[in-house]
Amino acid sequence: MKREGEVRIPSGCAISGVFSRDGGAIGGEVMIRSIETMHGRSNGLGGGFAGYGIYPQYREYYAFHVFFDDAAAKEPFERFLERHFDVVNLSKIPTRKIPEIVGEPLIWRYFVQPLPTRLSASQLDEREYVVRCVTRINTEMEGAYVFSCGKNMGVFKAVGYPEDVGRFYRLDEYEGTCWTAHGRYPTNTPGWWGGAHPFSILDLSIVHNGEISSYDANRRFIEMFGYKCSLLTDTEVIAYLFDYLVRRQGLSLEETANVIAAPFWSTIEAKPKEERERLTYLRNVFSGLLITGPFSILVGFEGGMMALNDRLKLRSMVVGETESRVYMASEECAIRAVEPNLDRVWSPRGGEPVIVRRNGGEEL
Amino acid sequence: MTELGKNGAKKSPLDFIGQEFEIDCRKDRCIGCGICAEQCSNGVFTYNRKERSIAIDDSRCVCCHRCAAMCPARALTVVRSRRAWRENAGWRGSDIDEITRQAGTGGVLLGSMGTPKEYPIYWDKMLINASQVTNPSIDPLREPMETRIFLGKKPDQIRRKPDGSIDTGLPPQLSAALPILFSGMSYGAISYPAHLALAKAAERLGTFYNTGEGGLHQDFYRYGAHTIVQVASGRFGVHRDYLEAGAAIEIKIGQGAKPGIGGHLPGLKIVGDISKTRMIPEGTDAISPAPHHDIYSIEDLRQLVDSLKEATSYQKPVIIKIAAVHNVAAIASGVARSGADIIAIDGFRGGTGAAPVRIRDNVGIPIELALASVDARLREEGIRNRISILAGGSIRNSADVVKAIALGADAVTIATGALIALGCHLCRSCQQGSCNWGIATQKPELAKRLDPEEGAERLVRLVTAWNHEIKEMMGGMGINSIEALRGNRAMLRGIGLSRKELDILGIAHAGE
Repeated sequence: MKREGEVRIPSGCAISGVFSRDGGAIGGEVMIRSIETMHGRSNGLGGGFAGYGIYPQYREYYAFHVFFDDAAAKEPFERFLERHFDVVNLSKIPTRKIPEIVGEPLIWRYFVQPLPTRLSASQLDEREYVVRCVTRINTEMEGAYVFSCGKNMGVFKAVGYPEDVGRFYRLDEYEGTCWTAHGRYPTNTPGWWGGAHPFSILDLSIVHNGEISSYDANRRFIEMFGYKCSLLTDTEVIAYLFDYLVRRQGLSLEETANVIAAPFWSTIEAKPKEERERLTYLRNVFSGLLITGPFSILVGFEGGMMALNDRLKLRSMVVGETESRVYMASEECAIRAVEPNLDRVWSPRGGEPVIVRRNGGEEL
Repeated sequence: MTELGKNGAKKSPLDFIGQEFEIDCRKDRCIGCGICAEQCSNGVFTYNRKERSIAIDDSRCVCCHRCAAMCPARALTVVRSRRAWRENAGWRGSDIDEITRQAGTGGVLLGSMGTPKEYPIYWDKMLINASQVTNPSIDPLREPMETRIFLGKKPDQIRRKPDGSIDTGLPPQLSAALPILFSGMSYGAISYPAHLALAKAAERLGTFYNTGEGGLHQDFYRYGAHTIVQVASGRFGVHRDYLEAGAAIEIKIGQGAKPGIGGHLPGLKIVGDISKTRMIPEGTDAISPAPHHDIYSIEDLRQLVDSLKEATSYQKPVIIKIAAVHNVAAIASGVARSGADIIAIDGFRGGTGAAPVRIRDNVGIPIELALASVDARLREEGIRNRISILAGGSIRNSADVVKAIALGADAVTIATGALIALGCHLCRSCQQGSCNWGIATQKPELAKRLDPEEGAERLVRLVTAWNHEIKEMMGGMGINSIEALRGNRAMLRGIGLSRKELDILGIAHAGE
């Protein structure tokens, strides 16, 4: 059977996220309990979490989470890392042996900073430098796969049910300010941990439920700009689209939503002139990045979280809020399970982004 | 080029070819009205008014079905001739006929419309995807289904105004309500009412028609917002008002049916308004040279693009039309860097009003392969966004349109299909100038047979029907806007294609 990346595997899914408005700590077990409620939306072939604010002591360093097929793959990776980065800390990521999770690769964590000389010689912006190094590792180094590379955040994922994955990674021992989680229902047996979600690039992480019909149009567009869709999954391409539009084109998240879940032309035509011109511009210029087909996504980023549905709302997505926290999930039960007393619960409309930011937080 | 006569001017028994078609006239139905004789410009029928009888010369028949369509008694059927050649797989009947013709005249064989030879039609070797279970199909009758397209250059980087809002200024764009445009056919090659029908239809459909290389008749300037004005190597009818009149300017470098050669409209057709519109004296041959004599290389093309843009104050997108030839991908890459906004690729099965048969049937490559390799090359070079792609030359139906867009076209162009909607029966005799359907002719008595209003309505119905079908297919794939189909090659699978062909098309085989 072909491994993930050699074949395109559509998936159904469960997603959930929680965000602390005031920066108060949220334990990882909250997210585990939430996603566990939607057990039936996964099939045990992939689960994962992204936690933000979990490495305050290393907040200035890029946290690389890496899978190695075997010890032999680790050596060339570390040689590469030392040539390009200053490594301040490295360790195995702590895990708990449980019967539900088997066949784990070697899982390591490195806190790094680009080597100043290499960085200036590359003539790249620091973040672009990191992205290029990670892309190179993931496409060229056999058996090594960096699945998380943001600052003060980390992705944890595996083949299994998400709640088991959370226990495996001992997420109950972490505290963060924002969490997202994903349970996967692939229509195939990928069997590779790197294929589980979230998918992330720098501090941007995506969990996604859906199967996008525009996949190959989006992939072929984004690959013009140096991205390499090596996993052939929707989530991967969506992460690249966000990275391209937000980091490289400088669009706001709202503008990004207007591109990937663009309003219909009939809606645009009814808008006042300036708004009409803005929306027409975004749809025209970035037409290759319109996503069609069902999707609900949660985007985690430094200081905030965003939910977005496809423009027809072909996937469920519920938002609930209290004074201090915002919850977003595929089903309301996943929110009620961890917070029965909500001030407000609603289903965002198709194509309408819900964006929350830390109090006083800056626009991305 | 010497035009060959039909079988008429027979000097020697050696010139005998025999009729290709026969008129089956049922005497029990014929009422002797003589309408067939009146309708046939080829002289098949001779009417004896006194006896109310009809004499038939089958050898003049081109199989256009005008007589059968007009016969009030339904007495006429055009059938394939029973004449036989001794079977020979190496020397087919057509080979023998063509040699006989050339031995009798010493001329270059002329033909019209797309090649009739059996080359692979890759459209028919690709199958379209549909959603099942994991992804819902979308019903276009219940949900919005969008086919609006924009053609033109997109910026590499957005710009913001001082207040932080996006600067929405763009290089000139063409916006069409659907991804189908009419391709260039000159006034001269086709008649006034045919042009008028195309102009009216383009306006009603919210798309564009194309003047071809014969200039723009004064009456049609009012359709300018839906007109693409062409600048070809002969520069007929090109002047400032003409350039200003259109929504876009097309530089025609080549045509799929006759790559590498120019065109020739005989002086016979340069009469009245045609002469005025082309800005050449009546009766002179209108000869378009093979190359543009101011474009001998890519840097010259850039200068012409710049000149045309300068002349029109940078308000009109410039299209470069090229024939699909072997190194089309490299050419397209050069064109994309020439300042042009759109590239139109014309495949080798595309039509023509007249072309040397040997060139039409042997020069160029199919549009499917050309389109796939151009799109792939522009993406490899990261410049696909700098230029839009129009694909034409053998688009026969809505499924071809869907496949072309999935391969990477922004939109398609159609001409033969449009002419068929106007009554063309593809008799491939346009070069004779006596089109019985009033399309490829300048004879007033023939041209008036085409009612431009009825023609426009038929074009609108055809393209609207295709657009319905495109929406159905898109909905089946779970796609509700045409841009998400563009270049979406995962939606295609090859059937019966070799590994090499699949690689070039950039698609997987059915079952993969």
